Amino acid sequence: MSTHDNSHELEARDGHAVLDRFEDPGHPEHHPRLGDLDPKANKKAERQVLFLFGISVLGTIGFVVAYFALPPGEDAESMRASNFALGAALAFALLGIGTGAIHWAKALMNDHEKSEERHLQASDAETREAAVQALKDGADDSGISRRGALKGAVVTAVALFPLTIALPLVGNIGEDWNVGKLKHTLWKKGTKLARDPSGRPIKASDVTIGSVFHVIPETLEDAEHPLDEKAKAVVLLVRLDPRDIKSEQGEGWSYDGIVAFSKICTHVGCPVALYEQQTHHLLCPCHQSTFDVSDGARVVFGPAKRPLPQLPITVDDEGYLIAQSDFHEPVGPSFWEREK
Amino acid sequence: MKALAARRHDRRAPIVLLLLALLLTGGLYAVLAPTSADAAPAAASADDVKTGEKLFQANCATCHGPSAAGTESAPSLIGVGAAAVDFQVGTGRMPMQMNGPQAPAKPVQFDQEQINQLAAYVASLGAGPAIPTADQVDPAKGDSANGMALFRTNCAMCHNAVGAGGALSRGKFAPSLWDTTPTHLYEAMLTGPQSMPVFSDTNLDPTEKRDIIAFIDQQGNASPGGLDLGALGPVSEGLWAWVIGMGLLIGAAVWIGAKSS
Repeated sequence: MSTHDNSHELEARDGHAVLDRFEDPGHPEHHPRLGDLDPKANKKAERQVLFLFGISVLGTIGFVVAYFALPPGEDAESMRASNFALGAALAFALLGIGTGAIHWAKALMNDHEKSEERHLQASDAETREAAVQALKDGADDSGISRRGALKGAVVTAVALFPLTIALPLVGNIGEDWNVGKLKHTLWKKGTKLARDPSGRPIKASDVTIGSVFHVIPETLEDAEHPLDEKAKAVVLLVRLDPRDIKSEQGEGWSYDGIVAFSKICTHVGCPVALYEQQTHHLLCPCHQSTFDVSDGARVVFGPAKRPLPQLPITVDDEGYLIAQSDFHEPVGPSFWEREK
Repeated sequence: MKALAARRHDRRAPIVLLLLALLLTGGLYAVLAPTSADAAPAAASADDVKTGEKLFQANCATCHGPSAAGTESAPSLIGVGAAAVDFQVGTGRMPMQMNGPQAPAKPVQFDQEQINQLAAYVASLGAGPAIPTADQVDPAKGDSANGMALFRTNCAMCHNAVGAGGALSRGKFAPSLWDTTPTHLYEAMLTGPQSMPVFSDTNLDPTEKRDIIAFIDQQGNASPGGLDLGALGPVSEGLWAWVIGMGLLIGAAVWIGAKSS
């Protein structure tokens, strides 16, 4: 610990003046604080610190009181009251200690600036030479430059080892590399369209104009992994006035104004389900891709590049809506092998 | 003595704040808590239809046409039913004040009796959905767990996971459902006002509608975690964390580094 005579020391060590260095301007002039001059101000600062620690004590007491007085009950209201009281008390308890300690250090402790000399970071020349020599001795002793086979072996072993880390990491990315699964859904010829989540099948007469049905295949619950299948097979069903339909993706794919489209966005796969009845626009909540349901789910806005695949539907003898087939293209976002 | 007074004042601050917060929470609950369901309107008499027609001619015919068959600027009301009128007029959406992307809810222009008369008139023009009974919309009788599953599938994408509302395209929006009465919720599902699709009884049957009402009834009153910041998700929470949270941290760092005067 010294005051500011660093430049002088540097000069002395090297034996000549160091001209390309800045002069150390030293510390700014020390201004005493109000509390250093006026005992009343000092007392006041002390009271302030006392007050801050007092807040902490009150906060802790408040926490204990709130813990017993406001237990969280069954309803959200009491949980909220309990969480709020505990949180506020905890905040006061901790903030009191922190601000008190800092205020104490700033206002009451010695505030004279001090500087500490740094050591030179580099070791002296002798130590550095010794270290290099030790490494050289080791290399010579191992004979790595002479023993080519050993050198190859150690390089191979070290190079191969990271496989034990990389293989599980890569292998666990997907449990299943069969991308063919992305090309098919649970929909088959004759699969009934059912309501999500109840699973009740839908009759064509149930679907009034302007209605939206969120649809799953009726066979979903029998599937081996219903949630995996649901993620691909969900469909949005809308009934339009047949006169409003401008185009469809396939001839005869709708039934009496009822059209069914995949609910998985072709951009990055969010569920597209914000249907505006008056404009027939279907909006994706993630990136605002907008599809025109009356025009074969054409993209009218946003980052999606392809229309939502249409599910060809018809009715069976009892009037229930059924699928004519699976989707004619993979649902959801693009992937490398999509076109193959 | 002055310093002592200041200390005493300050020491009470946390307790006063706590009391105020509790009062505020309680007050909010009292305001937001659902009112009891409207009494089912009495059966419409021929008198009501007549008075309703007069009200219609005076207030609605300009846009919807003298025979309610619709014009270029407004849809036909034949067959929309009493439920549509009770919803549109009962929430102040109709009569519309000005053209825009959406007719917003605003102060109601008619009393309930006049609304019932208007509804009776429109219902007399063609069969349509009726105003639900108090029993059909009673949140206490619904199964809110099933309501949540239905809400998540059918409603949450527009109205937000807890019914706080959200944006649609071109200035349209799905409103918050927290202040909507159970009757109006039921009527909105039944009739599909404006951008909203229709959820007829063959889609969501009356029991399921009541389940959804029961779920909505539990939202918006209180959030167990404290401030819900509008329940809008990452936008308001992010704003809070970045502006207020980081601001406080920066302020604390500056205070710690500053010299005491």
